[in-house]
Amino acid sequence: MNTKERTLSLSRFIAVVVKEFMQMRRDRLTFGILIGIPVAQLIIFGYAINFDPKGLPLAVVRGEESVFTRNVITGLKTSGYFRVLDPPVSAARARVMLATGEAQFALAFPPGFAASVLRGERPQALLEADATDPVATANAIAAATLISADALDRDLPPGLFSDLRRREGAFRLTVHRAFNPEGVTRYNVVPGLLGVVLTLTMVLVTGVAITRERERGTMESLLATPARPVEVIFGKIVPYVIVGYIQVSLILTAAWLLFGVPMVGNIVTLLLVTLIFITANLSVGVTFSTIARNQLQSVQMTFFFFLPSIMLSGFMFPFRGMPGWAQWIGSILPLTHYLRVVRGILLKGLGFMEVTQFLWPMVLFMAVALTVAVIRYRETLD
Amino acid sequence: MANGEAVISVRGLTKTFKGKVAVNDFSLTVNRGDIHGFLGPNGSGKTTTIRMLCGLLTPDKGEGECLGYDVRTQQSLIKRRVGYMTQKFSLWEDLTVSENLEFVARMYGLPQRRRAVERIIEWIGLGDRRASLAGSLSGGWKQRLALAAALIHEPALLLLDEPTAGVDPKARREFWNHIHQLSRQGVTTLVSTHYMDEAERCNKLASLEDVFIHLMARRREP
Ligand SMILES: Nc1ncnc2c1ncn2[C@@H]1O[C@H](COP(=O)(O)OP(=O)(O)O)[C@@H](O)[C@H]1O
Ligand SMILES: [Mg+2]
Repeated sequence: MNTKERTLSLSRFIAVVVKEFMQMRRDRLTFGILIGIPVAQLIIFGYAINFDPKGLPLAVVRGEESVFTRNVITGLKTSGYFRVLDPPVSAARARVMLATGEAQFALAFPPGFAASVLRGERPQALLEADATDPVATANAIAAATLISADALDRDLPPGLFSDLRRREGAFRLTVHRAFNPEGVTRYNVVPGLLGVVLTLTMVLVTGVAITRERERGTMESLLATPARPVEVIFGKIVPYVIVGYIQVSLILTAAWLLFGVPMVGNIVTLLLVTLIFITANLSVGVTFSTIARNQLQSVQMTFFFFLPSIMLSGFMFPFRGMPGWAQWIGSILPLTHYLRVVRGILLKGLGFMEVTQFLWPMVLFMAVALTVAVIRYRETLD
Repeated sequence: MANGEAVISVRGLTKTFKGKVAVNDFSLTVNRGDIHGFLGPNGSGKTTTIRMLCGLLTPDKGEGECLGYDVRTQQSLIKRRVGYMTQKFSLWEDLTVSENLEFVARMYGLPQRRRAVERIIEWIGLGDRRASLAGSLSGGWKQRLALAAALIHEPALLLLDEPTAGVDPKARREFWNHIHQLSRQGVTTLVSTHYMDEAERCNKLASLEDVFIHLMARRREP
């Protein structure tokens, strides 16, 4: 006779899945929170994204003046995005103003700008931007780039100079984003939000999976049955994968309809990768719930996991701008890799093969979390 | 089962929680078809003992078999064949009566789940309450549901931990009728209680008094 029965049962796994589903359905509050968090976050961040600041201070670097430079400056003024500071300042002073925040932009024309324009050499004007708040400057930069394309057209006399009115414009405007080399833009925020919302809610919701059974005393009934750890752990994860996908569709729809986030890549690829990310987070939650003594502890653990996730994943600060130790921690966290995948797929159109390099760290993380959860789950009350 | 008659046969079971002895050197033999009373005051170790018998706790010391399986090493086999009714109601209050029973039936892998659930609901008289949330039931109905859940997989041994605490006399009487009916069908029952009158409903009280006196004495210790 075998001393222990070690076989896994599909029936018991399904039993746990069905039970969790029913309990989820009855728990209106939790379900409301699961839908409410993405909506609330979208509104908060959406407001920040739609926030379209105008009249940003622009310092002009002193130099040669001409009808061309004046007209470029007038063009910037009339766009409404820029408030041109008077008088023009030295280049050194402009840098100080950018650093202190007195000016958000500094505009510099090279010497001999007018002559160069007339010679058709398309000289380069430099617009330096304080991009620490890229959301704030993105629209202004876009406006400036548009203006530069045709600002000088009417200043160029017809006939002799008409060939200078090229589509690309009579001069080039080079934008330099200072202080934020990665130039995180508005489009980065909503895809990032996808990962952040999933991290918070998925860990939170499974974080109480086992502790709740323990606190309510139902753990004893569960343990009195022949349930095996793997059946219980996976049975508690599966229902929330579906909740995760509801959140994903909510955010993606909003990203597309409300904020016009481009969706270059393949959505199916994204959803596939999302499965791994969701499961990784649910696994962390279950693991916490096997460690925490009560629901409060598991909520605390969730935030202990969530905060480094948003700080060190590249969601809040540019990843490459962080010190080595922070990058090291960041590269353990699933969110870091998922952000790259989402941005890669949605914004850059990466395919499945190209994102596989980001997948294995998530899979590894998930495997470790699940192993800990299964080991920590006791089949007795000892 | 090796010797045919003994369903439970344990010797010297001991369980300590963080240096505090909950059960000390406990021995018990229960024969097939018996309703075996198990009397002792609160804190005397009844719950701990039953948990050791149904595979929920591992004894620190002692040995023995339950349904022929080793209580220390074959707990998962014991769990499949024992019906355990906890002292405190421990089913899912946010599930209905039938959902709770269906869940338990699935956990035991019963082949004809629906029929098993219907049969036990019928037998125990929960028909009108099948769609009620377990949490909304009164004490007496919760007790019936708990008994139904412990019986759904037709266990050969029933372990009941103070099953009639906080239940009105009528429900208590009906409960005992059910237990006697099961006994006639050959189901063995071990039932813990701290009421003397309830112990008298059992047909085996062997060593019960010793245990009781022993336990009462222990409770008076500081
Ligand atoms: N899980 C546990 N951890 C620590 N102490 C426990 C635990 N379970 C029971 N005890 C202690 O063991 C003793 C016996 O408890 P119990 O078996 O519940 O007695 P009874 O069921 O007869 O009231 C009590 O003093 C109780 O506090
Ligand atoms: Mg007790």
